[in-house]
Amino acid sequence: MSREMPLATVPAGKPDGGIEPVKGRSLWVDAWNVLRRNRAAVFAGGLILFMGVAVIIGPWLSPWAYDHTDWANTSIGPDWESRHYFGTDALGRDLFVRTLYGGRISLMIGVVATLVSLLIGISWGATAGYLGGRVDHVMMRIVDILYAMPFMFFVILLMVFFGRNIILIFVAIGAINWLDMARIVRGQTLSLKHKEFVEAAEAQGVATFNILRRHIVPNLLGVVVVYVTLTIPQVILVESFLSFLGLGVQEPMTSWGALVNEGAQEMGTAPWMLVFPAVFLALTLFCFNFVGDGLRDALDPKDR
Amino acid sequence: MSLLTVDSLNVRFQTPDGEVHAVRDLGFSLAPGETLGIVGESGSGKSQSMMSLIGLLASNGRAEGSARFDGTELIGMPLGALRKVRGRRIGMIFQDPMTSLNPYMTVFEQMSRVLVHHERLSRRESRKRCIELLDAVHIPEAAKRMDMYPHEFSGGMRQRVMIAAAMLCRPDLLIADEPTTALDVTVQAQILELMRDVRRDFGTAIILITHDLGVVAGLCERVLVMHRGEEKESGPVDDIFYRPQHPYTRALLAAVPRLDQAEISRLASLDEADEESAVERALIERREPDLDAPALLDVSDLRVHFKLAPETLLGKPRVLRAVNGVELELRPGETLGVVGESGCGKSTLARAVLRLVPATSGHISLLGEEITGKDKKEMRVHRRDMQVVFQDPLASLNPRMTVGDIVAEPLRTHFPSIPRREVRQKVEAILSRVGLGPEHVNRYPHEFSGGQCQRIGIARALVLEPKLVICDEPVSALDVSIQAQIVNLLMDLQAEMNLSLVFIAHDLAVVRHISHRIMVMYLGRVVEVADRVALYERPMHPYTQALIRAVPIPDPELERNKPHAPLHGDLPSPVDPPSGCAFRTRCPIAVGRCAVEIPELRQVGDHLVACHEA
Repeated sequence: MSREMPLATVPAGKPDGGIEPVKGRSLWVDAWNVLRRNRAAVFAGGLILFMGVAVIIGPWLSPWAYDHTDWANTSIGPDWESRHYFGTDALGRDLFVRTLYGGRISLMIGVVATLVSLLIGISWGATAGYLGGRVDHVMMRIVDILYAMPFMFFVILLMVFFGRNIILIFVAIGAINWLDMARIVRGQTLSLKHKEFVEAAEAQGVATFNILRRHIVPNLLGVVVVYVTLTIPQVILVESFLSFLGLGVQEPMTSWGALVNEGAQEMGTAPWMLVFPAVFLALTLFCFNFVGDGLRDALDPKDR
Repeated sequence: MSLLTVDSLNVRFQTPDGEVHAVRDLGFSLAPGETLGIVGESGSGKSQSMMSLIGLLASNGRAEGSARFDGTELIGMPLGALRKVRGRRIGMIFQDPMTSLNPYMTVFEQMSRVLVHHERLSRRESRKRCIELLDAVHIPEAAKRMDMYPHEFSGGMRQRVMIAAAMLCRPDLLIADEPTTALDVTVQAQILELMRDVRRDFGTAIILITHDLGVVAGLCERVLVMHRGEEKESGPVDDIFYRPQHPYTRALLAAVPRLDQAEISRLASLDEADEESAVERALIERREPDLDAPALLDVSDLRVHFKLAPETLLGKPRVLRAVNGVELELRPGETLGVVGESGCGKSTLARAVLRLVPATSGHISLLGEEITGKDKKEMRVHRRDMQVVFQDPLASLNPRMTVGDIVAEPLRTHFPSIPRREVRQKVEAILSRVGLGPEHVNRYPHEFSGGQCQRIGIARALVLEPKLVICDEPVSALDVSIQAQIVNLLMDLQAEMNLSLVFIAHDLAVVRHISHRIMVMYLGRVVEVADRVALYERPMHPYTQALIRAVPIPDPELERNKPHAPLHGDLPSPVDPPSGCAFRTRCPIAVGRCAVEIPELRQVGDHLVACHEA
């Protein structure tokens, strides 16, 4: 090595002495082991899981339905006696149940739309970047064309043709989000494909699919994971924006975005309407960030 | 009266893994105008000791001790005072001339900063001084080139600019940290010649930090050998080279293959240096390849051209002729060395033979079977017989795969049906053959040193038991002692497995050490092919002669008496090569015919030469 490092070379690679048979490990097993040791990530992951379970079974624990109007208790604060744990809104609907219902929609959109964008984005970007040449040109021009479509226009068009439907929101957000992912992944792939280890794999005759799977994609994960932790919050926010415009979730069904929006309008008179959904939303976004950081470190062997 | 006196200098770094004592009790003194060589491998502390003198240690480093420069103490000097010394009294040049020049500033802007800061010269005066200095370092048309940006200069030119910039204020001391390591031998010879001129014309004292003993032998008066932060030995250059006292020095000298020695001996491994045993160079019994056997690899008229984007929007696309009609033949068990300056097409040749880049025309046949037109699927069978080892040991291993997976990948690719257990046995067997243990299979590449990574790379190449291994600069990135181990390993493995090797390198001495035959390339063409002994003793092509002359030999006597007539100029651009013989622009014996007619490769005695005058 030509450059000197002022760091101690860790006495790596020295024989350990023991001759016990060594079991092969893989990147994923190792990553899991590292992730488990990262307390913040484990805690955040646990909280996300808890939240997932809560929004599914939580509504059953309350006597109220999400669209039921309790005329006797409109706009009251948290109150255990009437079992409005988080209070009610101006129409007397129970905020506890509505927050959990909103969580179903928000979490589902966040996770599903991101997974869709991950799947399409990585395979599209990695293929375009690795194959290069004409294939790359065509694939990326398709991305450019989709980029050029105004998002709102696209959503409105879908609504007009297919009517209002929550599934359409998923499709719309997923269809737009993978474009960013594809571009980022392609850029990374371009820089990776001239690395010598990729050339070495080509020289061994490794099939293209396996080169992508074993050599390109694992080395992309660091960037991808960080991007995903940015995407999930973004998707959740986009959904709330759509709901605000009346294109997303429709009353009486709700989402965190819609609840925060309503709460913000009543902030002066009924602060609980803002506080509870906002805390849930913020907490979720924090947790995803911590898990993302943990994953990025865990997937990078140099960080162990 | 000495210019610089260093006394019990210690440098320590605080790292998350604890304190690192990088330099221990270093002491030496330097007279005005003297040249001191500091030699050592990476991590020996040779750079850090010099950095500490001018206060350029990383923020986690701390220097203690004393370093008196012309009566003033440098260690612990406040930054303001130190800035007056840097640049004005002490000049520095670094290894990589590209990264030490700011790409967004013209050469003049960068150079004039020094003058404005230290001497408060006006723009016109500093311009004059810069032109003077650039002339002194032989930059043609200095007044014009001064307003260009660093990327418009070649590597050698940039290093000249760096030297000119360092000499602007006529410093008393020039610290050169591996100034020629990133350069080709011919350019290295030019730069070393230039440093001799600088010393003569300016009377500057020079501290030369390097790992290359040849460079030291040619330039330095005194030598200090460092190892793991400590001085091992110091003294006049002749004593160090002819009467080394310390076993480490002896081992270091024995680890370097020498261009002027014909017999092949095992290169010493520095691990033995800690023992007091005398390091003897054991001669290697070498099997000569069977010249009558059918060729394993036969390449004829291979051309690889790359289309480049046109310079102007509507211009014609330009063509880079990276490999321009190469012929070669390789017998089983033979090693063919390929040498040439960077940009001569040797790596592209390797990639074309491996079918990693498509050949524009020509034929490649492996084991008698033509592989040029085969598609990816058909090639897979042939890839079993043909493997590759790359230059950068760490970059050639996937950082996210364990060593076991990396070495097993060729097996899984070509024999997907063999059971896991057998794969593991094979992997462990080959790892132990290259000197690694089974406990290493679960580690990741970054946990290994450069030499160990290269062993892993070799294990991956050999696990399929190929017939041919193409080594693309496999030891260029390694320290001399590690280089010696890897070269020894390759030679042992060749003897054991009857491998054929194509060994690409820019280091003529290493190539001569390992090869049976050597092929010299220049701008995509073969200029000379000969037996390793014949090529060195009777080089026929003027380019080969210049290359051999340019290689510094670790022998002060030889270096002093060697005519210093380095090859002038830089490698012409392969996009726009000179007409006729490509070498004619730098050739000392070029005649009129050379500009018109491209010389064919023809048999002259036991050489193949492409020169009209040979």
